[in-house]
Amino acid sequence: MSEYFSNIKTSTTTIATGLAITLRHFFNAVKRKGDAGIDDADFFKQVDGLCTLQYPREVIPTPVNARYRLYNNIDDCIGCNQCDRACPVECITIETIKVTADDLAVCGKTSGGQQKRMWVPVFDIDVAKCMTCGICVSVCPTDCLVHSPVADFSEFDVKNMVYHFGNLSKIEAEAKKKKLELEKVAKAKAAEAAAASGAAPAPKPAPKPAPKPAGSEAGE
Amino acid sequence: MSSSPSLNTWSDALSGFTLGGFPLGLVIVAAIPLVFIALYALTYGVYGERKISAFMQDRLGPMEVGPWGILQTLADILKLLQKEDIVPTVADKFLFVIGPLIMFVGSFLAFAVLPFSPAFIGADLNVGLFYAVGIVSLEVVGILASGWGSNNKWALYGAIRSVAQIVSYEIPASIALLCGAMMAGSLSMQHFNVVQSGPYGFLHFFLFKNPIAWLPFIIYFISSLAETNRAPFDIPEAESELVAGFFTEYSGMKFAMFFLAEYGSMFMVSAVLSIVFLGGWASPLPNIGGLALNDMTNGPVWGAFWIITKGFFFIFVQMWLRWTLPRLRVDQLMYLCWKVLTPFAFIAFVLTAIWEIYM
Repeated sequence: MSEYFSNIKTSTTTIATGLAITLRHFFNAVKRKGDAGIDDADFFKQVDGLCTLQYPREVIPTPVNARYRLYNNIDDCIGCNQCDRACPVECITIETIKVTADDLAVCGKTSGGQQKRMWVPVFDIDVAKCMTCGICVSVCPTDCLVHSPVADFSEFDVKNMVYHFGNLSKIEAEAKKKKLELEKVAKAKAAEAAAASGAAPAPKPAPKPAPKPAGSEAGE
Repeated sequence: MSSSPSLNTWSDALSGFTLGGFPLGLVIVAAIPLVFIALYALTYGVYGERKISAFMQDRLGPMEVGPWGILQTLADILKLLQKEDIVPTVADKFLFVIGPLIMFVGSFLAFAVLPFSPAFIGADLNVGLFYAVGIVSLEVVGILASGWGSNNKWALYGAIRSVAQIVSYEIPASIALLCGAMMAGSLSMQHFNVVQSGPYGFLHFFLFKNPIAWLPFIIYFISSLAETNRAPFDIPEAESELVAGFFTEYSGMKFAMFFLAEYGSMFMVSAVLSIVFLGGWASPLPNIGGLALNDMTNGPVWGAFWIITKGFFFIFVQMWLRWTLPRLRVDQLMYLCWKVLTPFAFIAFVLTAIWEIYM
């Protein structure tokens, strides 16, 4: 019987305690919880008040070293294609055109002083596919591909998630391609002319190996 | 039987109003509480619940639709109205359709006897309290019909739990209300208010006039939580166990009916509690010397203000409890009803009887 009454007493006091806690929170709802970060000494002292962040209107700034949306500084890009090969989800698409000898000066150098030898008409990053693993950043030889702190870049159309970083327009790219063809033709002609004038002919490339006989496949 | 003919002049005048032989006044009198409760339940009950729960959990609640989200409920209603009204193919169609209707009607039938002010009462029955207690039991039929008709294990579980719970908690609730009836000497809802109004305001309320009245007051409050399926007695819904309990299969307006019925009965039990123990429409302010606060704050309009304020206060307490306490287990629920509330209700009953006879 004493347990019966002690149960009633316990439930009454615990309910009262719980109600007091919720009521305190209810009246504290006129205040906002402080915005002390986790590294502040008084982080655990600021437990009173609303903690809702009305996101699009109120934002916690992303740290400057945050790694979110990829950004390519195309002026430093040498078109080496390493990021494309490293990407596990194949979100980077690169097309390159070799720079003709007379254009080397126009194409310029990277900020590190390295001569750029490739035009990069297409450098597309599909950030919808990107999983921010950072492998492309780590392989980039000129450090031009980085994760920027931009975290909110949602779009209504998934096509808009493809970011274009190429440094040539389509017309310019066509022109550069033609120029490269012309240079190749000119070089070939020069080589022919050199061969005709009696110089030693260039060694022929080794013949490709013949297709394997059918017998070896049958053994598999 | 009207126990306060002088106070009923307003409602008599309104009831007598006819337009070309059509008793328009009677329709208006009946419509006032329903319109009020529909407005309350549809907008401010749901909105209040969401805001109060949010504030108690350090959140903001709805904020986007209108300033501070006050139009959120209207947007929700628009959404519910547009939704497809799905009836599962294997459900018992008749029971499935009739369930929410019974529940909706059942929860609003009790409003007929709630005196909203000295002048506004749908029907001043001489068995008003008995009617209010009895008609609420109709909800059980609706719950069982919808739970059984859904042909869904969760719905059936919820319905069975709900019926067991409501039928059990009717007993301590009724005994507790009987204590109030003994103190008033009548079952008429209007009479409860008349005997509890007086120049000393809240001192005339049974809760303060009678030293035992707090016991049936608390017992009825706890039982009313169980009868309206509110937390901590929300085991018929039990989101974490039964998906949504007896209305798992419902969508669109049928779901809205359950919602409306729940908020309707929340106000109903709060109003009954305040009528029986806290004077209903009687003003709690006393006359202090020459300052006749009580006389100033009594009257048909003030009466509506007081009863709605008292009702809202208890709705707030219900919500407060809901966002504080975890759900009871089924056996704990039955333990509380049969081993705690019912014996204490009987003790309160006997003590009240002794008090009424000898004091």
